[in-house]
Amino acid sequence: MATAAATSGGMDDFVKGIWRENPVFVQVLGMCPTLAVSNTARNALAMGLATGFVLLAANASISTIRRFVPKQVRIATYILVIASFVTAVDYLIQAISLELHQALGAFIALIVVNCIILGRAEAFASKHPVGRSVLDALGMALGFALALFCLGAVRELLGSGTLFGAAVLPARFQEWVVMILPSGGFFTLAAWLLLFAWWRQRRERRPQVAANGGAR
Amino acid sequence: MNDEALWTIFVNATLINNFVLAYFLGICPFLGVSGKIATGVRMGGAVTFVMLISSLCAYGIHKLLIALGAPYLELISFIVVIASAVQLVEMFIKKVSPALFRALGIFLPLITTNCAILALALFQTNKGYGLAQCLVYALGGGAGFTLALVLMAGLREKLELASVPDVARGTALALVIAGLLSMAFMGFAGLGG
Repeated sequence: MATAAATSGGMDDFVKGIWRENPVFVQVLGMCPTLAVSNTARNALAMGLATGFVLLAANASISTIRRFVPKQVRIATYILVIASFVTAVDYLIQAISLELHQALGAFIALIVVNCIILGRAEAFASKHPVGRSVLDALGMALGFALALFCLGAVRELLGSGTLFGAAVLPARFQEWVVMILPSGGFFTLAAWLLLFAWWRQRRERRPQVAANGGAR
Repeated sequence: MNDEALWTIFVNATLINNFVLAYFLGICPFLGVSGKIATGVRMGGAVTFVMLISSLCAYGIHKLLIALGAPYLELISFIVVIASAVQLVEMFIKKVSPALFRALGIFLPLITTNCAILALALFQTNKGYGLAQCLVYALGGGAGFTLALVLMAGLREKLELASVPDVARGTALALVIAGLLSMAFMGFAGLGG
């Protein structure tokens, strides 16, 4: 019984980040990198992975040291831990692919100030044991990467007719240049949010489905 | 060394490469505190002030770290300086205007994680600006942030009175407005040369 509850709790820590508490679509956190690097699917996915790695490492280490950190200096400590991991990731990406490093630009360094990471450290890792924090980080990272990919794929498909650099749409497709430009990022995210809001509203109108949703 | 003219840097940072609308920096406060024009102006002021301080410190730190041969400490030292500057501003505002302190709420300490400020420190280092150029860049960035915030707040104040479908209320609508503003700012391209 106890183990069953623990497993379902662990499962929930993992799953909630992907859909129910998705960092981008539901909590609307970490907007800056989300919008800035999602002009192609490849950049978006790379950013998702880099952020996910930092999130995982930061959550694990902050959860480990949570008992030793005095309450007054906790935010500063978290930021320092996060900044160290981000510096490592910055050099790592530079070593793996210089081209990608240039495409993402300053936004790799700016992972430090991604509110999702500090938010999870403060809201989850500082209060829960290492195992659950890691699961939480994994779920959130996956949710973030998924959201970035949703944005990046739409923007690349409409903006240049390609997906991961391979031509998908027929050559006579007229590219929507605006989708690659900054304003396209705002519009795409707005469209996704509208879609989810509409879907949620529709589900609430149907009582039996709403009951299922409430039981979850 | 970079020999861009000061006014070009200012116009660039304020209008053409506006931190919020062209670089997507500082979106969280942009969406969060843009409900009223008055709050927007003050938030812009606070951010500009922190930008100036952190730009100054980042310039010194960069010189120091290059001399020490430890550029990998750059990110960590920048963020610590910014966090301390924000702490200072917070204490100052709390003392001078408790009402403003309450109005800004959680977004005041969150200036620390405002990417516009850290990005400013990183960009000026990448571009190799001199001291005067750094300060003008910070001022321009701050002015651009304030401008975007005030424009957005003005639009949202009007929208309060409009009848909008339920689905679109909140963030989605704000994002559409931001997209339109961003398109308008694209018109400034080529202004600074």
